[in-house]
Amino acid sequence: MIELDDVAYSYGGGELLSEIKLDLQPGSFHFLTGPSGAGKTTLLKLCYGALVPTSGHARLFGKELRGMVRDDIAVARRRIGVVHQDCQFLDHLTVTENIALPLTVSGRDLLAESANLKELTQWVGLSNRADAKPPELSGGERQRAALARAVIMSPDVILADEPTGNVDWEMSQRLMRLLIELNRMGKTVMIATHDLALIRAAKSHVQARVLRISNRRLQLAGADL
Amino acid sequence: MRPDLSRIADVLAGDAQADRVVPPTGFTAWLTLFSAAAMAFLAVFALALSLATGRLADRWAGELAHSATVRISAPAGQLAAQTEAALKVLRTTEGVKSARALTDAEQRALLEPWFGPDLPVETLPIPRLVEVVETDEGFDAEGLRLRLAAEAPGAVLDDHTRWRRPLARAAARLRFLGWLSLGLIGGAMAAMITLAANAALAANSQVIGVLRLVGARDDYIARAFVRRFTLRALGGAAVGAGLGALAVLMLPEAQRAGTFLTGLGFRGWHWLWVLAVPVLAGLVAYAATRMAAFKRLREMP
Ligand SMILES: Nc1ncnc2c1ncn2[C@@H]1O[C@H](COP(=O)(O)OP(=O)(O)OP(=O)(O)O)[C@@H](O)[C@H]1O
Ligand SMILES: [Mg+2]
Repeated sequence: MIELDDVAYSYGGGELLSEIKLDLQPGSFHFLTGPSGAGKTTLLKLCYGALVPTSGHARLFGKELRGMVRDDIAVARRRIGVVHQDCQFLDHLTVTENIALPLTVSGRDLLAESANLKELTQWVGLSNRADAKPPELSGGERQRAALARAVIMSPDVILADEPTGNVDWEMSQRLMRLLIELNRMGKTVMIATHDLALIRAAKSHVQARVLRISNRRLQLAGADL
Repeated sequence: MRPDLSRIADVLAGDAQADRVVPPTGFTAWLTLFSAAAMAFLAVFALALSLATGRLADRWAGELAHSATVRISAPAGQLAAQTEAALKVLRTTEGVKSARALTDAEQRALLEPWFGPDLPVETLPIPRLVEVVETDEGFDAEGLRLRLAAEAPGAVLDDHTRWRRPLARAAARLRFLGWLSLGLIGGAMAAMITLAANAALAANSQVIGVLRLVGARDDYIARAFVRRFTLRALGGAAVGAGLGALAVLMLPEAQRAGTFLTGLGFRGWHWLWVLAVPVLAGLVAYAATRMAAFKRLREMP
């Protein structure tokens, strides 16, 4: 699905990531961890084509990222649900409209999807906030809305950046259950988090690989996780 | 710009949901609306000027081309004979419809404004005037001059081209200046709308980032902006052109002054040009915003 092959990335200064090898196989479940500033968000951005590797190859659904024009990337994005670390909403639209945004921009008929939309809004517990604007939401509510938006298109791959950073334990477990359920439906999932307890709790429900960024390299985490 | 009409129609038809993805764009909206209205107002006047000078040039050319004058100056004894000779030449000249010597009474009437009613025309050495009316094809002025010189040495042909030419040139120049003004007005409007669109795009870079994150194509994003600016320019220009047309309609009638002014108004199908102003403004806005949007989107990572 998504493949990074000997990728290095730097924002202009020294190299932030080096010799990254990653292959997200269909149906796999990955956690990505590492200290703050290690480059988790950067790695996810490389995976959805928001950043282009300074060296090495990134492949999205078998296509070399460097050879893709912007329209190709836009189309690939529709198969990748992204939960951005700071959510990224359109503040002038309602929560429901924000959740439906991927459908809107890909020209889908919103009426046909309304049941789906309602169900999903309910699932993330935002039914009573459906008509609110994003700035009126709490941190946790924003993350739930972001997750709902990421999965509305039923994407092949879900990349979530700290999706449980602002929610209580119970809600984080609920969001994890949603992601695990999507994985059981065959979706590829990768979650960046530094919440080790979350990873431990999830590992009893799903076959997950835990990757850690340390010293610019990507490593498989030890058995302690 | 490649005028792709189906695409323009597409943009105008729009889709309510897609429109909402870009937040209201505040002052740029007013800038577009106002500049389109002001430019359309000016464009109507420039159009009126161009069309009126065009009419003027045609009329001068038309009225004056069909008449000429032969002036015969000769000692009193020879005047009648030379007039007769000149008339004979004129009547046998191809392209002359009719030729007629003005009577004393008519000549007196012509001179009256300058010399008063009691001018003794008969006793003064005043040249005799012969009024010549041309056919549509007209005559060969040089050939006629030569023949007149041979038959009636005192006859001078004045075919009016001498003073018609600079007038026609002035009218043509005015008409050109009118079209040039229209071009400048269009250019200024395109520049202002490009500026407004760029400001709107820059103010919405975060929105564009979100749209890209969820898989929007550049075309989709551009369209949301283009539609907005095109419709605004169309609306503003319609108001401006309407006001301009009203102002032209309310110009005082100049015809009665008996001058060469034909009035700045629109005649007949020329009114269609006024309707074309907002449409052209919309096209200019469409092209300008589309170019600005795609340029911006290409530059954004
Ligand atoms: N656009 C940018 N330009 C320059 N430097 C950047 C940019 N984005 C991130 N960085 C730097 O790159 C490093 C890694 O950032 P990144 O966001 O990938 O870390 P992270 O692992 O996601 O951290 P966190 O756990 O705090 O979210 C940081 O030092 C950050 O300051
Ligand atoms: Mg991060």
